[in-house]
Amino acid sequence: MSDPTAPEAILEAHGVTAGYVRDLPVLHDVSVRVARQRVTVLIGPNGAGKSTLIKAVAGQVTVFAGTVTHEGTDLTRLRPDRLAAHGIAIVPQTDNVFRNLTVRQNLALASRGTGAAARLAAVFDRSPVLADKRHTKAGALSGGQRQVLAVAMALAKAPRLILMDEPSAGLSPKAAAEVLAMVRRLTAEGVSILLVEQNVKLALQMADHVYILAEGRNQVDGPAAALRGDRIVADIYLGGKRIAAA
Amino acid sequence: MIQNLLDGVLTGSFLSLGAIGLTLVMHILRFANFSHAELLSIGAYAALVFDRLFEALLPVFAAAFAPLTLTGALVLALLVSMVATGASAVLIDILVFRRIRENGRELSMVFASFGMALVVRNLIGLVFGLHSQLYSPDIAFATVLSFDPLILVKPDQLFVFVAALAIMAVLHLVLTRTTFGFALRAVAENPALAQANGVNLRAMITAVWLIAGALAAAAGVFYGLSHQITPVMGRDLVLPIFAATIVGGIGSVNGALLGGFIVGIATNLSLVILPAGYTPAVPFLMILAVLLVRPNGLFGEARE
Repeated sequence: MSDPTAPEAILEAHGVTAGYVRDLPVLHDVSVRVARQRVTVLIGPNGAGKSTLIKAVAGQVTVFAGTVTHEGTDLTRLRPDRLAAHGIAIVPQTDNVFRNLTVRQNLALASRGTGAAARLAAVFDRSPVLADKRHTKAGALSGGQRQVLAVAMALAKAPRLILMDEPSAGLSPKAAAEVLAMVRRLTAEGVSILLVEQNVKLALQMADHVYILAEGRNQVDGPAAALRGDRIVADIYLGGKRIAAA
Repeated sequence: MIQNLLDGVLTGSFLSLGAIGLTLVMHILRFANFSHAELLSIGAYAALVFDRLFEALLPVFAAAFAPLTLTGALVLALLVSMVATGASAVLIDILVFRRIRENGRELSMVFASFGMALVVRNLIGLVFGLHSQLYSPDIAFATVLSFDPLILVKPDQLFVFVAALAIMAVLHLVLTRTTFGFALRAVAENPALAQANGVNLRAMITAVWLIAGALAAAAGVFYGLSHQITPVMGRDLVLPIFAATIVGGIGSVNGALLGGFIVGIATNLSLVILPAGYTPAVPFLMILAVLLVRPNGLFGEARE
């Protein structure tokens, strides 16, 4: 069901089998394609392997078989600390900021390298709330502010692709909608997104393309617009309710 | 009693240096390194070797900075010893701890550190002999700060105090003002997230051993300046240094600094009421008290 008219791929995971223990892989032959400047969302029940796929791409989980290519470069079994050098940033679901560092120190760490000062300044220009709290320890921020900081840390690397693991988790509905709207806006700035989202309704509203995983395998994928009205998807994930486009 | 307090502060200065290195290792590598105090011995003996070498090669550095017994050769030897001890710590990690760590055996690392301590201690005894040694044969006369009550302090002790504080200040600046320091603290808090932010974990671990080794060398030399150098100095210092780390809270550099002074002062003050033979038990009692009352120490944070 892949859309042949979709823009060129920035990331392709092909036939990925991965997990924490070799004899017990979490992912089985999973393939995902992330189009440039688009939001691609992974949905599925708990234990489907969504977060594991993000971690496999980021080099945090061992890939036993299959390939991961980014902009044509093979990144299978990438060393996690080399991720940023390839223009990829990751926003983990939890513990995604350094609580004992201040907001500024978190961002300074994330933006190391050439042009760090300019990127740091740009982040503060973009997020006044972070600028106001630059000397506050990240552990003292609210959940929503921490999530904004986590996304800002990703942006401070000037990435071309951001991997996000449930950025709305634990947030109020309003804060979750704001974070996801911010994610949506990033594509206009040239960033591509691969995102895990538990809130299927929100995911289908904000995604360009959706992959549904279950039990570590590909189930269904397609343009979000098509899946929004899909009866089977609605029955399984939305309690029978189809949803309107955003 | 004021004399005991002063001695405690001076003792605290080298205990703090040792404790800061230990707390960094314990926090970042997540194991209790019982061989850490042996790095003080390595540092003290390395400085002794380089001191003699520099005195022979560069006689101009052999003169003492009066009223200290400290010579230019020993200052140079201290700097070289800090590098050499840091390198020794890295080497021990490569040969022993890294292999065990990569197999994920935290408890094995603790036992390995016990073994490593015995190996280092006995090797030093084998090479340098079991007798105690001094950096300088000159007698350092104490300066009388007060006659009533009588308060004495040696110029070398004051130097040790000031130099230790200066080293701690530099470390504090590195940890709080540089991206290298942020990276080090980030690895301590969340290694996976640090890696995702481009921090090379293996390089950071090497840096931690270098820093811990260098600080231990400084502590060892400072101990040697105010006491004597013996192959068992590591054995004698391991408990006070662990006590300082636990009192301050594992992972907290500021805690280790304060912990060193608290343990140093408490141990010396105990001489007022206890026979000298019982003072080695004081750090042990402090560890017990802290673990019972405030398990995370003064500044430590609970961790999973």
